[in-house]
Amino acid sequence: MQKINSTMLIEKAAQLLENGTADRVLGWKKGEFDYDITPAVFNSVDQIKKEFVFGDFCGANLSKYLVKETRKGDGKVAVFLKPCDTYSFNQLLTEKRFDREKVYAVGISCEGMADIFKVKQIAGDGIVSVSSDGENVKVETLYDGEKTIKLSDVIAERCINCKSRKCVAYDELMGEEGEIIDSDRFDMVSKIESMSEDERFGFWQNELSKCIRCNACRNVCPACTCEKCVFDNPDSCAQNKAPADSFEEKMFHIIRAFHVAGRCTDCGECSRVCPQNIPLHLLNRKFIKDIDTFYGEYQAGAQVGSRAPLVDYTEGDIEPGEAVMKGESENA
Amino acid sequence: MQINGEFKPLIVAFCCNWCSYAGADLAGNNRLAYPENVKIIKVPCSCRVNPMFILRAFQRGADGVIICGCHPGDCHYTSGNYYTRRRMSLLFSMLNFLGIEKERTRVEWVSAAEGAKFAATMNEFTEAVAALGENKRLEDLRCKR
Amino acid sequence: MQRIGVFVCWCGSNIAGTVDVKAVAEALKNEPGVVFSTDYQYMCSQAGQDIIKNAIKEHNLSGIVVCSCSPRMHEQTFRKTAQAAGLNPYMVEISNIREQCSWVHKDMEKGTEKAIILGKAAIAKVNLNAPLTPGESPVTKRALVIGGGIAGIQTALDIADAGFPVDIVETKPTIGGKMAQLDKTFPTLDCAACILTPKMVDAGQSDKIRIFSYSEVSQVKGFVGNFDVTIKKKARYVKEDLCTGCGLCTEKCPQKKVPNEFNLGMDNRRAIYIPFAQAVPKVATIDADYCTMLKSGKCGVCSKVCTAGAIDYTQKDEYIEEKYGAIVVATGYNPISMDKFDEYAYNQSKDVITSLEFERLTNAAGPTAGKLLRPSDNKHPHTIVFVQCVGSRCANCAEKGKEYCSKICCMYTAKHAMLTRDKYPDTDVYVFYIDVRTPGKSFDEFYRRAVEEYGVHYIKGMVGKIAPEGDVLKVQASDLINNKQIHIDADLVVLAAAIEPDKSARPLATMLTASMDTNDFFTEAHPKLRPVESPTAGVFLSGACQGPKDIPETVAQAGAAASKVIGLLAKDKLMGNPCVAHSNELMCNGCSSCERVCPYGAITYSDKEFRMPDRTVAIRRVASVNEAVCQGCGACTVACPSGAMDLKGFANNQIVAEVDAICK
Repeated sequence: MQKINSTMLIEKAAQLLENGTADRVLGWKKGEFDYDITPAVFNSVDQIKKEFVFGDFCGANLSKYLVKETRKGDGKVAVFLKPCDTYSFNQLLTEKRFDREKVYAVGISCEGMADIFKVKQIAGDGIVSVSSDGENVKVETLYDGEKTIKLSDVIAERCINCKSRKCVAYDELMGEEGEIIDSDRFDMVSKIESMSEDERFGFWQNELSKCIRCNACRNVCPACTCEKCVFDNPDSCAQNKAPADSFEEKMFHIIRAFHVAGRCTDCGECSRVCPQNIPLHLLNRKFIKDIDTFYGEYQAGAQVGSRAPLVDYTEGDIEPGEAVMKGESENA
Repeated sequence: MQINGEFKPLIVAFCCNWCSYAGADLAGNNRLAYPENVKIIKVPCSCRVNPMFILRAFQRGADGVIICGCHPGDCHYTSGNYYTRRRMSLLFSMLNFLGIEKERTRVEWVSAAEGAKFAATMNEFTEAVAALGENKRLEDLRCKR
Repeated sequence: MQRIGVFVCWCGSNIAGTVDVKAVAEALKNEPGVVFSTDYQYMCSQAGQDIIKNAIKEHNLSGIVVCSCSPRMHEQTFRKTAQAAGLNPYMVEISNIREQCSWVHKDMEKGTEKAIILGKAAIAKVNLNAPLTPGESPVTKRALVIGGGIAGIQTALDIADAGFPVDIVETKPTIGGKMAQLDKTFPTLDCAACILTPKMVDAGQSDKIRIFSYSEVSQVKGFVGNFDVTIKKKARYVKEDLCTGCGLCTEKCPQKKVPNEFNLGMDNRRAIYIPFAQAVPKVATIDADYCTMLKSGKCGVCSKVCTAGAIDYTQKDEYIEEKYGAIVVATGYNPISMDKFDEYAYNQSKDVITSLEFERLTNAAGPTAGKLLRPSDNKHPHTIVFVQCVGSRCANCAEKGKEYCSKICCMYTAKHAMLTRDKYPDTDVYVFYIDVRTPGKSFDEFYRRAVEEYGVHYIKGMVGKIAPEGDVLKVQASDLINNKQIHIDADLVVLAAAIEPDKSARPLATMLTASMDTNDFFTEAHPKLRPVESPTAGVFLSGACQGPKDIPETVAQAGAAASKVIGLLAKDKLMGNPCVAHSNELMCNGCSSCERVCPYGAITYSDKEFRMPDRTVAIRRVASVNEAVCQGCGACTVACPSGAMDLKGFANNQIVAEVDAICK
């Protein structure tokens, strides 16, 4: 089966508008740079033909935009969802964040997206153009001219550790039905767990101190769809706008991870968009790993309507003191 | 905090109204001493304790935070402490993951009949936190005197 | 900005002994919002309350902080005080500087410093308080009494007498409880059956009382005024409405070898039985564990002899759902097991019995028709040894006994000893005791009669060992007053076994969300001032489920519990707790997290229109809280990721203000 490409999606998007399945389409368009692909709403076939793109830098998870988009008008919104996006889609449905009836979901198979940080590491800064043919990535930089890199060398970490290539929700599927993968996605969490307390503190102090509080992680997160975020709410006692102190960096990231604990589908968008390249997904994965260890395996978004672990309990649940020890030693 | 050159950890204890706060009262009734730096905040149920309160306490200078509730199965609201147990298991495990000393946080189930346990828990927890020294890893320098 | 008054109580020397109250009042004067601060010896006294009332009026206070004892003690008092002075009662905060400060600390300087900080926290909170008004909920005018012993019967009778319908749920086939098994009652020696059975009949015949015998409470939902209870009526294989209680079946049943629990297994009954002649309801019950028909399908004798056609081998457990406004727990007690007391040879010799077994042996309706015959050989015992405190006051033997005093044993042992000497003057009676405790009306006189008029040998000391030897029981004991070892050859030994709450109490407490102490006795809302109420609103306590009690005390408590129930049922509406959750619709995501953690089903959702910042209108699903159903636990407030859900009286900003004040 052929890999899903831009032409196929443009055709599909145009068709969905033309045949009246949807009156707008959520897709991707080029941003400021080639690699800087951004989510977009398309209202016309013209616009689709002019701007719609799809390729190895279309990592953006579109599910979140359905919350606001479905509220506008009565017609349906068509959306393209990669396998990991479908989990977010289900989780949003579980939380009743949008009306399923107002969405036409097109599942698209995916074999992994490229990570621009990895490209930059190889090709260097000053990228003027980047393109991919599905096997090789051609990069042109200001300083070094053109370079060709193997796509497999720049696949994003989250895709290397992909948990599922199966689209768990769609009205129509393009490409092959993938499978749930037994990934090694918790390896890095385990590695940090097995560090000493001081090392762990050092690791995270170093990472989180890079935070510039741009809020990109929050704004892109499909679980962070709150009408008003606590960090923007002066009455929440958590409002803060700047990483003025190392405490607030931690506060923000702990609370953000806690708020999405049990709801995070591990799509990895937080780390993708972090301009400081902080491995934020590791915080979420720690929660996912702990939830799996303490309460049995749970994949948010695998099923619509499942009961998230933090709004559930059993009488024999692990005690917090033991949990901390278990969370530390499970892989030691 | 330092008192006369000696480190006295500031402990914030969130106590549920029905069991643990009553347990603390019983400790008082029986004149069971525990350190002055343990300060109790009453909440209706341990499940009212938002992780933000805990972080806030550390930010403002607490050296240890303990949450006390009814024993599992005895919650006045039937299930509140079960949620507390899950929330705090995950939160404390996360704090530990970030390298914040796990001895600074604790959940203890104290019934209204367990005045002695309340006092003993506070003594023991204070001692454990005192052994760690001041909270440096979750401090906010702006909040320091 | 609030105008806050601070009132620091000395509580005599209880607080003032460890806390410099004047310094506290002085230090708190400068806190934000505080316009008045004072101290007084007893703030809860009339004079103290007047100080508060006057200050509220004089200084136009909008909120007050009372630095005093625990809010569990006097929060209500001071709320009423504030209300009387025209202040909303929820503008009162208590700073607990007694139980959680002066009583646990000894150093004046540190105690004072802590009291100031606690006061600051309360001031910080009250600065953010808002007046609250309680919601209302209706009251189901029907009461449930769980347990049909004397406690439950008396409670039910008193409630019924006030005109309210009441249901009794009893696990046994008949009501009557332990008292039905007793012979005579101290200190007046009137027969238990003579005073109990008329009450049982009254209960059985009252048109206000329904008795669910052979039944259990299997589920309790709801809250004060509105409990939804599921009662499991166990299959007794006899149609209650048809059985006339003639007892023919119980005579003809061929299965004769069933230990008779009413006589504590000292004789046998049939597989179909009526526990005793005066049972209410007087209806036969088939014991499924022994009935050959139910076990193997062969027999059917009872069905053949029953002219009323009441036998129904196909009967199933039945579940009844009923609504109640109030629930009274009267689950009673049991003697503890003697299995762990090897030194007393209870399991080795039939002639070592418990006091309750002794009651049956001397009861005219008992296995020996009231003749005192020892179980092993049916001979009249000439030397009887009573051992008190078996498993009671067991501070060092908590693994087999109880730390508490069982309270009734001293008196019933005196009764047993006296009755034995009265009926059989040729019998030597010894009583071994740690202390004789007789603090009741006419109790000590009763005990002295046993010693002085009836010549019972009371020996201060404990029995160390009882060894069966031939047909005597070798009793080894110490006499602490004469400081010597005593050896007695006894024919019968009676153990005053400690009493413990019925095993059904703990699961019931969980269902009711009522609290218990470590011994599984139900806890009172206040040990002195609210002794018949459980801390769970609408749940009341009657009898030994709350602590060891004799009959007069039980009946008194039963009446008290009934009067509390009547007081509740007499109301048409209940004022709820205003400290309930509320959802800020502008922030609510409608995600259902709060709904999933709410134990009361208090949260519902609806679609509402909202004007968006871009002037469009959007329809969103938002949560709202049923204030009559919400009990204010706050589980939803933490489950809510957006912080839309908050709790009145314990709001996020209030708790954070307390944290800040404490950590400053």
